[in-house]
Amino acid sequence: MACSGRRPELRGPPELYYDKKEARKYVRNSRMIDVQTKMAGRAVELLCVPDDKPCYVLDIGCGTGLSGDYLTDEGHYWVGIDISPAMLDEALDREIEGDVILGDMGQGIPFKPGTFDACISISAVQWLCNANKKSDIPAKRLYRFFSSLYSVLVHGGRAVLQLYPENSEQLELITTQATRAGFTGGVVVDYPNSAKAKKFYLCLFSGPSSSIPEGLSEDTEEEKPAESTFTAERIPYRIARRGVVRKSREWVLEKKARRRRQGKEVRPDTQYTGRKRKPRF
Amino acid sequence: MRLLTHNLLSSHVRGVGPRGFPLRLQATEVRINPVEFNPDFIVRMIPKVEWAALLEAADTLHLIQVPKEPIQGYEHNEEFLRKMHHVLLEVEVLEGTLQCPESGRLFPISRGIPNMLLSDEETET
Repeated sequence: MACSGRRPELRGPPELYYDKKEARKYVRNSRMIDVQTKMAGRAVELLCVPDDKPCYVLDIGCGTGLSGDYLTDEGHYWVGIDISPAMLDEALDREIEGDVILGDMGQGIPFKPGTFDACISISAVQWLCNANKKSDIPAKRLYRFFSSLYSVLVHGGRAVLQLYPENSEQLELITTQATRAGFTGGVVVDYPNSAKAKKFYLCLFSGPSSSIPEGLSEDTEEEKPAESTFTAERIPYRIARRGVVRKSREWVLEKKARRRRQGKEVRPDTQYTGRKRKPRF
Repeated sequence: MRLLTHNLLSSHVRGVGPRGFPLRLQATEVRINPVEFNPDFIVRMIPKVEWAALLEAADTLHLIQVPKEPIQGYEHNEEFLRKMHHVLLEVEVLEGTLQCPESGRLFPISRGIPNMLLSDEETET
């Protein structure tokens, strides 16, 4: 199938995708480490745990322990669960402070009820949406995961799951199963207008939460899918751009506005923007 | 795998439910690892600890100086908290097995990582 190279989830099961080679990337590649650490930081921020209160946190899909290290730096204690032995081996070599378990999140979280104060997950939950064995039914695995997560969290506990949904149907499947399991909450989308920087954080609360999250004040972020509406339909680019003549002032202004939305640095618009230049310019 | 984690682990094999706890620990290799003492965390985790399971595990590992039960006013008793900190966070099991008390299923521990992967038949529907 074309484009299966884009999404690793379509290439096969995670325990095979995350082999030694891939695991080493998470340890050596500074860009990957940077992205993962930033996402871990944002997830912990969204957890809204009170300052100076060490918590017992579950890290789902902990991998090489990058997000776990961030939790340790914040003074929390954590337990990680991951399905790939290669990733966990790298985690041990990095001398992480938390304990890790080799397990499949779709089979449930093997802990007593009310164990964890909070839960985070970075780039892991979307792997549940693809059936890798004939016996796998994604909806069932998702429900099993969310219901066991609901049980192992304390009452009023919070889970922030950063994930990469393939499309709006997948995101809806995930949120439906989470709601069925008893969670309330919503999806926070960071930088919804940029294809590269766009990140989805599924924030789930179990039972009444003690502290209400602060509203996100930056322009590019929003709580709950309010502005960023998903449609499967795409208007062909040619037809959308039919009204605008290429290289005209209007076209230049539109392009600058688009780049501003993507968060790039753009010169301010002045009376000279897109003005007619002399022929030998 | 630290003893705190072991104390909270439960078997999720199909049909076992709450009887899947506690997992019986057998250890062939243990390590003591110094960890920074944080009294707030220990105070918060003590109500969650299952004492019978902890004592059984400590017994298997031949640990000394394990408190038999939470004493009155433990929040301010530093000596008690330090002992608990040592037992819960500083003792690591590197090699061994965990056994589900209900189904008898064994979960191996290798390099400190317990393998909790279930087969298809064991996964709850």
